[in-house]
Amino acid sequence: MSRWVLERRPVVPTTERRLFLRRTLSLGALTLLTGCDISDRDGVQDVLKLMSRWNDRVQAFLFSKHRLAPTYSESDVVRDFRYNAFFPAADAPQLSASDYRLELSGLIVDKRPWSVEQLYALPQESQITRHVCIEGWSMIGKWSGPRLGDFLKRVGADLSAKYVGFQCADGYYGSIDMPSALHPQTIMAVKFADETLPAKYGYPFKVRIPTKLGFKNPKWVTTIFVTNRDPGGFWEDRGYNWFSGS
Amino acid sequence: MTAPAHATPARVRAVQLHPLSRRIMHWVNALAIVVMIMSGWRIYNYYPALPLHFGFPYYLTLGGDFTVTEAISNDDGLVNALYWHFAAMWVLVLNFLAYVIVGIVSGHFRRDFLPITIGAFLRDLFDALRGRLGHQLGEYNAVQKMFYWGVLAAIVVTILSGLSIWKPVQLQGLTWLFGGYEFARVVHFFGMATIVGFLVVHLALTALVPKTLVAMVLGRAAEAPHPRNGE
Repeated sequence: MSRWVLERRPVVPTTERRLFLRRTLSLGALTLLTGCDISDRDGVQDVLKLMSRWNDRVQAFLFSKHRLAPTYSESDVVRDFRYNAFFPAADAPQLSASDYRLELSGLIVDKRPWSVEQLYALPQESQITRHVCIEGWSMIGKWSGPRLGDFLKRVGADLSAKYVGFQCADGYYGSIDMPSALHPQTIMAVKFADETLPAKYGYPFKVRIPTKLGFKNPKWVTTIFVTNRDPGGFWEDRGYNWFSGS
Repeated sequence: MTAPAHATPARVRAVQLHPLSRRIMHWVNALAIVVMIMSGWRIYNYYPALPLHFGFPYYLTLGGDFTVTEAISNDDGLVNALYWHFAAMWVLVLNFLAYVIVGIVSGHFRRDFLPITIGAFLRDLFDALRGRLGHQLGEYNAVQKMFYWGVLAAIVVTILSGLSIWKPVQLQGLTWLFGGYEFARVVHFFGMATIVGFLVVHLALTALVPKTLVAMVLGRAAEAPHPRNGE
């Protein structure tokens, strides 16, 4: 089974940490420290998940479609931006412009697929914003591309629907709330630092959402769909908070 | 001629020191703080805010067993720590707000944590360092008062810097006040470290004067309070 380690950089390498953990577990059993950890019990998990749902609602309430993420200057942009996925950069999906089609489904009127050429011909916005990872690291980058909100309007998406979902060429998937999808800084980034988005950053485009944490910014997107049923997401289904706004 | 009441104790009277509300808030706060610190330590380990190769020992962190969480969610242990941190924050903040409001309205802050003068603080600190400072139930010396103000301030700073890390877009003014996202993480860390420092001293002193623990559990202890403090 492959290890899915998107956005991971532990202090100690995983195997080393496991060994360390095993040793400390026996120590913990002696000191009754680890014995107290009730995190994995069903009842506790239910309460913790309930609180996470509550935090979704609080964050949706805090979100304002008019409040923009802070922007930075060109000199703040990190050129060698961190590559982040569960596989080495060399194994990143190599999508070719000739074969690629962006599929649309769900509550969308015009479901005709889009080619790279068509996507790249749309009017673009640029932003220099901070990408914040759920682990705590952050990096300032420059992304350019059409606004997702404009795109959704153009294809006749039901803007009163609750969710916009994404499926990606690497098996990753995710979803966001409609207000965040329509935020003016939410873009289909086709460029990084003024150059066509390289394969390792998600060619042909990544959804860049500066009002959300990094894992809510899917790369190598192959399908966009609109729905009222919560589509979840790769990490969200593993317990990360669904809204994950910044 | 009658002697003063406190001069003729045939038996020691139990005195009320901490009302029930304060005791409940103290222990709820203690639990929330411990959960926040332990889950925060695990979150810290995933990407340390300080440029040091330092991580907290995993048996001191909260977030479940690695093997079990990996089996449940294919996550290597961050999920539960985040769950705990963002659940306990509500308990911490709501309880802390209640404590501050009750503390102001009831006069607890004014009566027990004030007045505090630099002279008294230095004198008591000097005595404490020489091991000459006695502990009188029901009355705080200037060093203790300063300690309580200090930890209250540290909790406020840690909560606010935490909010600024959690919402660097929606609360960007607050994040700016803490010197931006990256520096706010460092502030949050040192806020935690200050609270942990307080806890070490607090627990050590409680071990030295165990009747204070009795007082914080039962509300009263078998000692007459200092006459200056009234009864």
